[in-house]
Amino acid sequence: MPPIISISNLSKTYGSGFKALNNVNLEIQRGEIFALLGPNGAGKTTLISIICGIARLSEGRVTVDGHDIVDGYRAARSLIGLVPQELHTDAFESVWGTVSFSRGLFGKPKNPDHIEKVLKDLSLWEKKDAKIVTLSGGMKRRVMIAKALSHEPQILFLDEPTAGVDVELRKGMWEVVRRLQASGVTIILTTHYIDEAEEMADRVGVINKGEIVLVEDKANLMQKLGKKQLKLHLQGSIATIPPDLAAYNLELSDQGCQLTYHYDTKGERTGITSLLGDLRAAGIRFYDLDTTQSSLEDIFVSLVRAP
Amino acid sequence: MNFTAVRAIYKFEMARTARTLVQSIVSPVVSTSLYFVVFGAAIGSRITSVEGVSYGTFIVPGLVMLSVLTQSIANASFGIYFPKFVGTIYEILSAPISYFEIVLGYVGAAATKSIVLGLIILATAGLFVPLHIQHPWWMLTFLVLTAVTFSLFGFIIGIWADGFEKLQMIPMLVVTPLTFLGGSFYSVNMLPSGWRTITLLNPVVYLISGFRWSFYEISDVSVGLSVGITLMFLAICMVVVWWIFKTGYRLKN
Ligand SMILES: Nc1ncnc2c1ncn2[C@@H]1O[C@H](COP(=O)(O)OP(=O)(O)O)[C@@H](O)[C@H]1O
Ligand SMILES: [Mg+2]
Repeated sequence: MPPIISISNLSKTYGSGFKALNNVNLEIQRGEIFALLGPNGAGKTTLISIICGIARLSEGRVTVDGHDIVDGYRAARSLIGLVPQELHTDAFESVWGTVSFSRGLFGKPKNPDHIEKVLKDLSLWEKKDAKIVTLSGGMKRRVMIAKALSHEPQILFLDEPTAGVDVELRKGMWEVVRRLQASGVTIILTTHYIDEAEEMADRVGVINKGEIVLVEDKANLMQKLGKKQLKLHLQGSIATIPPDLAAYNLELSDQGCQLTYHYDTKGERTGITSLLGDLRAAGIRFYDLDTTQSSLEDIFVSLVRAP
Repeated sequence: MNFTAVRAIYKFEMARTARTLVQSIVSPVVSTSLYFVVFGAAIGSRITSVEGVSYGTFIVPGLVMLSVLTQSIANASFGIYFPKFVGTIYEILSAPISYFEIVLGYVGAAATKSIVLGLIILATAGLFVPLHIQHPWWMLTFLVLTAVTFSLFGFIIGIWADGFEKLQMIPMLVVTPLTFLGGSFYSVNMLPSGWRTITLLNPVVYLISGFRWSFYEISDVSVGLSVGITLMFLAICMVVVWWIFKTGYRLKN
């Protein structure tokens, strides 16, 4: 199947002369959850704004389900629901009113049943007649999601949806995202909570300084770049690492009671066998061991820190 | 054409008026009544008639125009400025609607409001002075044309403004003086000839003159000129709006 969003050679220079996106190429597959990770100012919001029609592109081309976002903006935008990063709401509108407005704006005929379903899914039903100004931040965020879902989009953009949202609500939100994916909606999200991208996404793209640094299946990414640590819990403590073991990348901690060995799973040999042999030769004994894998966060940090 | 979207924007704007009914309708009606009391009664007792109609009657068209002009600008400029200010414009920009449809929704709603307001003020005036309208269709044509033109003008101001001061600036520094000097309260023929020439540079004179003609068949300038100048201003506003959307001026980065 062709990708649902296809971005080619996209660049964006703001009026100030600042180049926020530099030759971005990216394809989003139908039905996937794609997480866009990047530090503040990387260009995530800019990229989303261009696809959704809020900002203009300077160079390149974007198609949504085959429709060019400039020439075929009507068809392209009809497919997209956007939950922006900031909470922009009409304070004095009711929840029901503002969500119905969004549906109308996207040219869809009235459908109270659908709006009711969306509000119920987001636990907003009891608040349907409340004025938005009376809602908490978390509820406003959900109202924004309800607005984006009001017109039954096939693609949903969530720009840092969990920033400033409490744990409980965050869980509920991912619940909704999973249900949407199950119903066939493609989801593109940006988040600072890397553990959530790790948990939620099928694929991850890393963007830094306006350039896509890497796009990878999450599982592959973890495997490809995943560093592992082997922790050895020693019987008794040692003061220093014996010189015989200097060749290994070892770290002594826990007052000499724990040795940590860093190794790369993508290497030909991990060196574990020889390390264990050499430890034995050096007379160091241990009573337990465990291994841990780098989180996406570690990978991410090492990528964007790279020169 | 995405009529559903146009209707959504239109209804949203009309609902905003309903929420601020006092500001939108009651206060212009009250201030118009005050004009009648002050100008009509106080001055009218000294100037008995202007070009054959009583002074109180004479100022009615000018007063209606005054309100329609200022309210069209105020409504339309605020209508588009506010979503820009609070950020909800993101949704309008990301919706599958054309610029024409956006303008139709916002300007249509602003013009509707000021037309209704103009008619309410006319009815209010009827309580103070006897009214007779010689050319009701022309009267309505001028009313609609003025409301649409100045709502478009307000829309432009609302997009241009990046702060509340700017939003107020043009209406206060330009439009209000022009309307007061535009012959609402006097006939341009009453002025000394030097002033008269200067006054004829004021576009509002043509609006009020044409509008007054539709009531009493008296005018400062020919009716054709009035229609022409109004249409010209309408055309200028349309070109500016077209340019705004073409370039994304102050709407899109
Ligand atoms: N309207 C604008 N004018 C000029 N520069 C901008 C504008 N919006 C964003 N930028 C700059 O573009 C870069 C990317 O911003 P943004 O896309 O918001 O990043 P992110 O969402 O990844 O934090 C930042 O350096 C930001 O300062
Ligand atoms: Mg951002």
